[in-house]
Amino acid sequence: MQGVSKLQRFLFSTVTVRIFSIITTLFGISVFVFLVLRVIPGDTITGSFGIETGVLTPGQIAELRHYYGIDQSLLLQYFSWMKSFLSGHFGYSFSTGVSVMKLTKSALPVTVELALIGTILGVIMGIAVGMFSARKPGSFRDFGGQLFGLLALAIPGFVLSTAIVTIIANVFHYFPNGLEYMTPWENPWVNFQQMMFPGLVLGIAVAAPIMRTTRSALLETVDKDFVRTAHGKGVSPRKVQMRHVLRNSLIPIVTMTGIQFGYLLGGAVIVEKIFALPGMGRQVLDAITKREYATVQSSVMIFAIMFVTINVCTDLIYRKIDPRIK
Amino acid sequence: MSRNREQGTKGGVHYYLQSTSGIIGAILVLFMVIGALSAAFGWLPHDPLIQNVNDILKGPSKRFWFGTDQFGRDIFSRTLDGMRRSLTVSILSVSIAASVGVTLGILGGYLGRWFDVLITRLSDAIFAFPAILLALAIVSSLGNSWIDTSLSIAIVYTPIFIRVARGPVLAVKEMDYIKVSRILGYSSPRILIKHILPNVTAPIVVQTALSLSWAILTESGLSFLGLGTQPPDASLGLMVADAQSLAAFAWWTLLFPSLFITIVVVGLNLVGDGLRDAWDPARRNS
Repeated sequence: MQGVSKLQRFLFSTVTVRIFSIITTLFGISVFVFLVLRVIPGDTITGSFGIETGVLTPGQIAELRHYYGIDQSLLLQYFSWMKSFLSGHFGYSFSTGVSVMKLTKSALPVTVELALIGTILGVIMGIAVGMFSARKPGSFRDFGGQLFGLLALAIPGFVLSTAIVTIIANVFHYFPNGLEYMTPWENPWVNFQQMMFPGLVLGIAVAAPIMRTTRSALLETVDKDFVRTAHGKGVSPRKVQMRHVLRNSLIPIVTMTGIQFGYLLGGAVIVEKIFALPGMGRQVLDAITKREYATVQSSVMIFAIMFVTINVCTDLIYRKIDPRIK
Repeated sequence: MSRNREQGTKGGVHYYLQSTSGIIGAILVLFMVIGALSAAFGWLPHDPLIQNVNDILKGPSKRFWFGTDQFGRDIFSRTLDGMRRSLTVSILSVSIAASVGVTLGILGGYLGRWFDVLITRLSDAIFAFPAILLALAIVSSLGNSWIDTSLSIAIVYTPIFIRVARGPVLAVKEMDYIKVSRILGYSSPRILIKHILPNVTAPIVVQTALSLSWAILTESGLSFLGLGTQPPDASLGLMVADAQSLAAFAWWTLLFPSLFITIVVVGLNLVGDGLRDAWDPARRNS
């Protein structure tokens, strides 16, 4: 280790490399979002005026372009967006004049709550069915478990949501999501009713990959020597299953959970729309149709930051579960 | 290495047929493809677009196997026509994603350096997006034709193929036979196509089956949101969206299109499982 200064060690330590790669990934995403929105035809003006754009005079269009700031060079536009993003107000929505920060402040908690409920339900169902399946591979119960996993993967969320909405509206003549959205602080009971079914739909979607991961991880661990030793020294089968087998299978399960949670934070667009929840998915969906550059860009950046943060958190959880990882 | 490969390709069909899920999946997919083809050739009991005021919301019967919708159109014919559209879009988008992704992935893995960094960063960036959001963003500006939908789904799924192709290339290019080929003075294209590509085929084929099923889900999701196929054309996602307000008193409007989406996705997933089992020597004997 001669000649390696403290600075060099710091520069090449895993943490630094990690942070550097996070920053470059986020930078890449910001450029990508920015360009995707501009490469494609149409702009804020056609987005807000629709086919009436045709009646605007060239002078009016130029005026509007100047007003929205889209007559500047791409580089300037990018920097002005980055400046507003880093300063914390994230830019302004053109149609309402509200800052994207303010929109996000009300939308993000809805999405996070939904994603948390979905992930928790999905992990419980997925691990339970996975363990149930793995206990006797090839048996009838394994077949049942795998069928659940396959159907949960194959039935689209919008089909499940539509079916659930139809059934509750028909049987109970009451639809909680028809009411105005309530936060858990305003009215926890209504909020629970509004979140329960969309959470279940997302939970089923999450359960499928977690079930598959659990099953294969368990089957791999069961054959290991330490499990045989545990059985041999007379530990009860239940304890072997929970303490030895499940614990040692947790790493792939945690990875899958992290990935799924990340996707739920941004991918619940359809479920949010069907259950009329004012979350981030709907915010982006609305902004995309209105071509609100600032809102789309900043929301997607928020998704990306959350996604990357969750990946880092999953890494941290590994160390907690598996002391061998340093 | 080459002996293994020969066994893999020669025995592929044999091993595939040993996997029960593979056979069931192939049968399910085959049925859906036959249905889609009959729609493509116009062999349907009714015209999927013709409205009939006298037959509005009729339940399943001998005349209308799956019942009719709110305009009196035959749901069976519309479901098959929707399946044709879904399969066309998913096949086109996955073909684009696979050819672009595999090319970039192999080149990135083989060439390394800045090109590889650029490719991986780009695919990481696309990965950080939820698939449906990205597809939404692209399709809302490209347009609603089936080609636009296919293009946006293709962009979303390209990074998966980049990753799937790049990983094995990194491992294979350090092997002795590749080094020998280079010393023998073989050109890079020859090494890439003759020696590296065959070694990454298996994971790519499995990935293709799985991606087809995801592409169908994404396509129907986009149509459900009103950003894919436009009415009056039939699309499975659009039919489910229409059924939202009808299912309470006309269950068949929701059940049949949903069932067909589920069957084709289940089928493609089982085919993926079967292919993986057939190619993976470790699983063959189990």
